[in-house]
Amino acid sequence: MDLTTRYLGRKLKNPLVASASPLSRHLDNIRRLEDAGAAAVVLFSLFEEEILHETRELDHYLTYGSESYAEALNYLPAPSEFYLGPDEYLEHIRQAKAAVHIPIIGSLNGVSPGGWINYARKIEAAGADALELNLYYIPTDPALASDDVERLYLNTLKMVRQSVNMPVALKLSPFFSAMANMAKQFDEAGANALVLFNRFYQPDIDLENLEVTPNVILSTPQAMRLPLRWIAILYGRIKADLAATSGIHTAPDVLKMLMAGANVTMMASALLHHGIGHIRQVLREMEIWMEKHEYESVQQMQGSMSQKAVAEPAAFERANYIKALHSFQTAF
Amino acid sequence: MNRQMVTIDGNEAAAYIAHKTNEVIAIYPITPSSSMGEWADAWSAVGKKNIWGTTPVVTEMQSEGGASGAVHGALQTGALTTTFTSSQGLMLMIPNMYKIAGELTSTVFHVAARSLAAQALSIFGDHSDVMAVRGTGFALLASASIQEVMDFALIAQAATLETRVPFLHFFDGFRTSHEVNKIEQLTEDDMQAMIDDELVRSHRARALSPDHPVLRGSAQNPDVYFQGRETVNRFYLDCPAIVQKTMDKFAGLVGRQYKLFDYAGAPDAERVIVLMGSGAEAVQETVDYLVKRGEKVGVVKVRLYRPFSVEHFMKALPPTVKTIAALDRTKEPGSLGEPLYLDMVAAISETVAKKNGSLNAFPRLIGGRYGLSSKEFTPAMIKGVFEEMKKAEPKNHFTVGINDDVTHTSIAYDPAFSTEPDEVVRAMFYGLGADGTVGANKNSIKIIGEDTPNFAQGYFVYDSKKSGSVTVSHLRFGPRPIHSTYLVNKANFIGCHQFGFVEKFAMLPDLVEGGTFLLNSPYGPEEVWEHLPRQLQEQLIAKQAKFYVIDGYTVAKETGMGARMNTIMQTCFFAISGVLPREEAIEAIKAAIKKTYGAKGDEIVQMNYRAVDQTLDRLYEVKVPNKVTSTFDRPPVVPKEAPDYVKNVTAKIIAGYGDELPVSAMPVDGTFPTATTMWEKRAIALEIPIWDKEICIQCNKCALVCPHAAIRVKIYEEKELAGAPATFDSTDYREREWKGMKYTVQVAPEDCTGCGICVEICPAKNKRETRLKAINMKPLLEHRDRERDNFDFFLKLPEVDRRKVKVNSVKGSQLLQPLFEFSGACSGCGETPYVKLVSQLFGDRAVIANATGCSSIYGGNLPTTPWAKNPEGRGPAWSNSLFEDNAEFGLGFRVTLDKHKEQAEELLRGLQAELGSALVQEILAADQSNETGIYAQRERVAQLKAKLATLHAPAAKNLLSLADYLVKKSVWIIGGDGWAYDIGYGGLDHVLASGKNVNILVLDTEVYSNTGGQMSKATPRGAVAKFAAGGKPRPKKDLAMLAMSYGNVYVARVAMGASDTQTVQAFVEAEQYDGPSIIIAYSHCIAHGINMTKGMEQQKFAVNSGYWPLFRYNPVLATEGHAPLHLDSRAPSIPVKEYMYRETRFKMLTKSDPVSAERLLKLAQEDVQSRWQMYEHLATFNRAGSNGKPVAAAAAAPAENETK
Repeated sequence: MDLTTRYLGRKLKNPLVASASPLSRHLDNIRRLEDAGAAAVVLFSLFEEEILHETRELDHYLTYGSESYAEALNYLPAPSEFYLGPDEYLEHIRQAKAAVHIPIIGSLNGVSPGGWINYARKIEAAGADALELNLYYIPTDPALASDDVERLYLNTLKMVRQSVNMPVALKLSPFFSAMANMAKQFDEAGANALVLFNRFYQPDIDLENLEVTPNVILSTPQAMRLPLRWIAILYGRIKADLAATSGIHTAPDVLKMLMAGANVTMMASALLHHGIGHIRQVLREMEIWMEKHEYESVQQMQGSMSQKAVAEPAAFERANYIKALHSFQTAF
Repeated sequence: MNRQMVTIDGNEAAAYIAHKTNEVIAIYPITPSSSMGEWADAWSAVGKKNIWGTTPVVTEMQSEGGASGAVHGALQTGALTTTFTSSQGLMLMIPNMYKIAGELTSTVFHVAARSLAAQALSIFGDHSDVMAVRGTGFALLASASIQEVMDFALIAQAATLETRVPFLHFFDGFRTSHEVNKIEQLTEDDMQAMIDDELVRSHRARALSPDHPVLRGSAQNPDVYFQGRETVNRFYLDCPAIVQKTMDKFAGLVGRQYKLFDYAGAPDAERVIVLMGSGAEAVQETVDYLVKRGEKVGVVKVRLYRPFSVEHFMKALPPTVKTIAALDRTKEPGSLGEPLYLDMVAAISETVAKKNGSLNAFPRLIGGRYGLSSKEFTPAMIKGVFEEMKKAEPKNHFTVGINDDVTHTSIAYDPAFSTEPDEVVRAMFYGLGADGTVGANKNSIKIIGEDTPNFAQGYFVYDSKKSGSVTVSHLRFGPRPIHSTYLVNKANFIGCHQFGFVEKFAMLPDLVEGGTFLLNSPYGPEEVWEHLPRQLQEQLIAKQAKFYVIDGYTVAKETGMGARMNTIMQTCFFAISGVLPREEAIEAIKAAIKKTYGAKGDEIVQMNYRAVDQTLDRLYEVKVPNKVTSTFDRPPVVPKEAPDYVKNVTAKIIAGYGDELPVSAMPVDGTFPTATTMWEKRAIALEIPIWDKEICIQCNKCALVCPHAAIRVKIYEEKELAGAPATFDSTDYREREWKGMKYTVQVAPEDCTGCGICVEICPAKNKRETRLKAINMKPLLEHRDRERDNFDFFLKLPEVDRRKVKVNSVKGSQLLQPLFEFSGACSGCGETPYVKLVSQLFGDRAVIANATGCSSIYGGNLPTTPWAKNPEGRGPAWSNSLFEDNAEFGLGFRVTLDKHKEQAEELLRGLQAELGSALVQEILAADQSNETGIYAQRERVAQLKAKLATLHAPAAKNLLSLADYLVKKSVWIIGGDGWAYDIGYGGLDHVLASGKNVNILVLDTEVYSNTGGQMSKATPRGAVAKFAAGGKPRPKKDLAMLAMSYGNVYVARVAMGASDTQTVQAFVEAEQYDGPSIIIAYSHCIAHGINMTKGMEQQKFAVNSGYWPLFRYNPVLATEGHAPLHLDSRAPSIPVKEYMYRETRFKMLTKSDPVSAERLLKLAQEDVQSRWQMYEHLATFNRAGSNGKPVAAAAAAPAENETK
């Protein structure tokens, strides 16, 4: 059984990739992911904003109240060296690379043009095999038009693409007016892969305390429908690889995504929920299914259910209720 | 040899040599010597080596007594050992110092000399402490400047090894310990050349060792002790010559020649001042000035004061001398004179008696005191002394620098006299602590010192307030070393970094004519003039000042600098002053920024670079008009309604004119009136809380948590509203039992520090706009006048009848008048809400013993006193004895109160016939367990006193003087964790064991907060603190558990932010318990590196994580058959990490040493779990009633915060 696939210019032993999540913060987990069969690991994201915040916070609290009162010219000792910001992350990449054989993909979320370029270069220098741009922007400003937002995305991608030699994947949100067109533009701007789709922390309201409480809800299998549709649509229309993420929990989920056209499928919620060993189970079930249905390889099924390849391409274009209505009529 | 020039302060200079030339360093924090220990600890923490290639061990002890004991032990086992201390710390070392000297043990103690607490504590410099150890047998070597501190530290180290006499190397606290100056740094080669390794090995060979055992520390009897004591003579006789030899060797090596007594001045001087310490620098400067003008004056600078060498001293003295003035920086009441004076008398008498010819005649000798507690000692004063010496009958035993209008000791001088040379540029900067002014000036000095051939000096004057504190920096730089050991008073440049200061301080009297004034101003060059008060305009015109403005506030906002003006104002200074060419200056500033902030990440460096770049565009010269147009003056410091004492004395201190107060203005015995902070309206908040009565649910939590008693509640009858200002807000009080009463929450706008804790705790949200609460922060400027009138009216509303209030509830307790208000504590302080609660619940009957530390400073530092009085004139009586003895001090209160009460009862019984048995029996049998009972007893005692006043028997008069003790008195012993866990623990333990009815409140900030955050035994595992830069490896001591082990001690652990109900209950129960009580109160602190506004929330995290379990251990419950321990918080519900990593003290370890951070976090979590299990287990035991068998836990419902 040939489970290999290609992603970001390299051959992977199978299509299961651990997506960016807190799991990859610990080296032990990265080792366990490899042992469980993950073909690559996308590290948790390096957030430029977080680095800036942490740096400023540390500076603030180390100097707060200092040089004000004769008996206490400061309140905390100041070590001569701090491992601040990217240093910790870059060290983590180095250690991860040394610890495992599978590809390690860095993940970056920047805020400033300088930050994107600077950190991307550092991640490459630290030995990452590729970089995933965790690029999102919540356009709350009513004065900001959609093409401004689109330009921002494209410019960032181009900037990073020109600054590094390693493959660059782009993790996207689904909130574009013209998804297919945007995908094409990203493709042309040099994205080596599109990762569909990013999931955001969404705000909630705490009724008792009247507070907004942003929290993460792990993805459910239903969440995979959206990326499934767009992967099926984009497959064969762009050069960039396609990675499926969101709601992939089981072997059937993986198989469906591959058939829609994904080069790889990514998991986070399922691993957080079931544990890292879950990868092993999914791979086993995949093999059993493929064996049972006499598939020889993953590559054989990749794109087999894409919009281009299915009998009824319109199925990917219709909104659900129309298809339901149609089915009802057919039944009569 | 190529030696580096460095710009450092005295403490760093001493610590540098001490760390390089010792193997063991035992330390304990005390101002102003703390930073010597901090440097040593920091260097050892990063593995810096001494000259023998090994890293010295630095050990923090529980007190200076402990440190000296450890030093003694380390010396006895052969290590080169040192310590650093000051003042009271040195006093605690005295017993060991006698031992160390008696055993002829080589060591050097480095002392930043400081006043001793007498009529008051003072952290500032004089020689009271070192003079008090003259008898120990330590050699006393005095440094006068930063360079000398480094040089003498090494000379002392070399000399102690050769002489075997231990050395105390001292220099003036603050003036030298904290002055920054450019000096030549000695090299390791210098140290190796100076220190003879053979002597080090001899020192080691004398060590106690089982391999060649000896006994040292015997007890001796009358037959031989005396002889034994005389054995050391030879070593003391040899010592001066060896020190001089060592100084000569040093001169050969380094080029600076010192003498045991250095003379400077005219070779044929007739008037000579003799003194030691930093004052000698100012005297030499004055002497040089006067000699150039033909005066025959000179100075003898005493270096080696003990052992005193008459021979060397006489050699130093010019034979032409006619009058000698010995100046002592200490006071010995009742003596014939201060120590140096008496030594002069003896030295000269002995010399004359010997007739050895070195003096032509017996010179006239006078002695005087100067400079106590860092009192300025200026060339003007020195000139005054020389003038006095000219007189036919000069005053002896004089004082200089003050106006003694009582015993007329002071001599006159002309304050206008100055020796400041033109080649020295002098600058002063007024800033806020929070705006980084001092840090920027320290950087400027380094830039000038290290990037130019100039010499530079900086000295910084700080506020005694911990919030809104003002700093004044004094900088000098010039082509020659700077010896001016006094404040700048003829400044070429004055920078005012906060616009608000123009109405607070008269800054320009210190500006020279044609000098420059730089003002940080939100108003531009065209409009600023009209915003200046009259006096400032007058001075700008009169002095023909060059005047510049910069809108630093906007630059700071735009560049992300926030409140910090440091880089901005520093850039302006360099741009205007022309000390360096502009481009060069900017490059140097940027290099300094990189050096200062580099470790904190590139972002901080870039932010400061942006501030530098944007500053110059906004710096403008203002054309000073030729006439005064201002229509307003600086407002008076205190209002006209203030009492005379406040107006005549306190106000002068507040305004910065305390130096002008004569002796007669000060109390003779250190006794001050309370309730004076109310007159010091600082108005330091930018925003203040404003009440919205429509939203308010009347929970009173805002008042409870306010650290400054600046938000208050009252209930009152509607009729009281007559005459209320139109803007005064009032609403119906909702409690059923108070039906018909009105309710108001009122801010004290000029006393609030703007911390916002009240708004943070407010549980009531506006249903239409949830960001708003029942109180909301609004700009002070918009609300100040209105709320000031409202607060004045509020204060006049009657106080509540304490008998009707449910005092053991949050709501009820806050209706009681706070008798601790408007202290100088940090904005958002976590200690003061507890202190204030004590004052509300028990203040009218409390006597307070306060350990030295934050609470003694914000509670007792001049100028004003936060401890207040109620309308009947009652309130807390407060005193601070020492740091180490506070529990014993408070126990003394209790013993007296009990004795007085007992005696009063005895007299009462004896006078029963005259007084009427009904009254007597009622008084004797009174139940004073609650407010009603206490009120009734006060009434009875009033009746009793009225009757006694009519009786003439001695017993009646005695009873009259004791009658007040028949009313319940509450003793509170308050202090921080440094006191309770460390230095005062022995006494605290003894007091707990005494069974006496005292209440101990431990304000646990988990570090020595007042001295800047050094580790105590209360510091939690994993926290970074000074002396624990790598994170404290061991867990916090469980003081509560130790106290509970007695069984008869009431013990509570509280955290107001987590459970205000439990806190109030614990305070009330502790006071009610007739025996010792201890409350350990979680006090968030600026030293934790947290957002102080969120301090109470952080307490909640501490409790929810199980880090700080809440409980009360009430021995009364045991006698009733219940488990005495009652857990008041639930089992840990969040990992301890969620608590810890919200605080910089824990989180910074993840950035400096991630591996240790992870390990310590794991251990901290284990600590939490095991402690919780143990407490849960204990909560099921009734030790008194069940012989240790488990019993049902008392009602286990945890007390949460009082419901909304």
